[in-house]
Amino acid sequence: MISINVKNHILDLNLEINEGDFVAISGKSGSGKTTLLRVLAGLDSATGDIKVGDKVFLSDTNYLKVQDRNIGFVFQDYALFNNMSVEKNLLYVNNDKILCKKLLEMTQMISYKDRKPQTLSGGQKQRVAICRALMRHPSILLLDEALSALDPQMRTNLQNILLNLHKEFKITTIMVSHDPSEIYRLTSRVIVIENGKIINDGSPKDVLLHTSGSQKFSFEGEVLEIKKVDIIFIAIVAIGQQLVEIVISTDEAKDLKVGDAVGVSTKAFNVNIKKS
Amino acid sequence: MSELEFAPFILSFKLASITTIILFVLSVPLAWWLSQTRSKTKPFFEALTALPIVLPPSVIGFYILVVLSQNSPIGAFFNDYFGVQLIFNFQGLVIASCFYSLPFMVQPLQSGFESLSKNMLEASYISGKSQLQTLIHVALPNIKPALLTAIIVTFAHTVGEFGVILMVGGSIPEETKVASVAIYEMVEIMDYQNAHIYSAIMFLMSFFVLLGVYIFNHKQKISGFIK
Repeated sequence: MISINVKNHILDLNLEINEGDFVAISGKSGSGKTTLLRVLAGLDSATGDIKVGDKVFLSDTNYLKVQDRNIGFVFQDYALFNNMSVEKNLLYVNNDKILCKKLLEMTQMISYKDRKPQTLSGGQKQRVAICRALMRHPSILLLDEALSALDPQMRTNLQNILLNLHKEFKITTIMVSHDPSEIYRLTSRVIVIENGKIINDGSPKDVLLHTSGSQKFSFEGEVLEIKKVDIIFIAIVAIGQQLVEIVISTDEAKDLKVGDAVGVSTKAFNVNIKKS
Repeated sequence: MSELEFAPFILSFKLASITTIILFVLSVPLAWWLSQTRSKTKPFFEALTALPIVLPPSVIGFYILVVLSQNSPIGAFFNDYFGVQLIFNFQGLVIASCFYSLPFMVQPLQSGFESLSKNMLEASYISGKSQLQTLIHVALPNIKPALLTAIIVTFAHTVGEFGVILMVGGSIPEETKVASVAIYEMVEIMDYQNAHIYSAIMFLMSFFVLLGVYIFNHKQKISGFIK
């Protein structure tokens, strides 16, 4: 069990996480997600209590140094040691050649072991960074938007790798992420933070699924343009990577302006048939 | 025309080598501290370190004379207990050069350390490594161009020293008469031919040393340290 009860100039929260869980932290930028990870790792200061298993990271009388916390941390910008080869990046953390080989094999990076980080693609660098974070058999793995700089295909690939590694090593993992599909695929719990406080906490389905009532589809989007075509209005709305045209009434057109965040939903008309 | 002597050159290079080694050892921890600290005293130490750039060499030379002469407590201590004089000899030149060239070692190192990714250093701490291990295995190997610049510029700057040396060392042959002072004396006695030769040697050597540094740094930038 990991119990966190911390306060600093950004955070004020109380949280418990079960060992072996894969948890996502979500929220707007500036909400304190990264700060929470950094406080856990011992990179930022805070007051309160942090306990991981029976190890006290932080209390009124105790402050465990970052070096002694045994945490795995994956940064968005990889933060690899540029002067060392892929293999040396791992062995610098812990000179365990067997584990190093196993991790590089699991992430399909073994053939790159002698390469310098600068010669690798973003996805390859991040795989090395994930391997490096696991070299000390950490008690917690922290991923700070680790996959958000990668293209969608590479992201899916890395998500599979993370799932496999989590299955294999069963390390409690806390991941900061904005990507609902990533959260849904990988995690069993989402904690939403705003202004340093927890505002939502539950399963990805409960937290992320925005449909309610009898709506069958519901998307969040942004109005890009409203144009008049003959007697009707058409709004161009960006939903994720897609643009859609939606017919709106004159009253609705008056109400909306470019840049508004909107919910786009539809209710399907179903005819039910049942044997009597 | 007197015969060309190499003693002043040898002395210049000996002084510059020793100064560079001492300053490197002292400046790495200082520059590291300056680059990492969040202390409010940082500007104070930065200003102090940069002083030799703006102060006239005569001011530095004067203070060194005042502090290290046998009439001062420090000078008297070294004279009484170790039997060494600290001015008008080679040791005095080394001490003076270390003050005079300090910013040329500290500043490139500090900006090198500051240019390092903060996350990369933190990744090393998270891996359980101390500040010292991080400095040796991660920070220093990743600032090779800054290291080379600091070492070469310090060396070259010490070779090019004149005012401080004249004040603290005088011009004792094979003890404190370095190349720059020798040229000054030749001009004074109107031995222009030797002054030309000495100056040309200094000019060419300095140019090629700097050229070497810039070529190396240019290559490092292009290859991004790839071996």
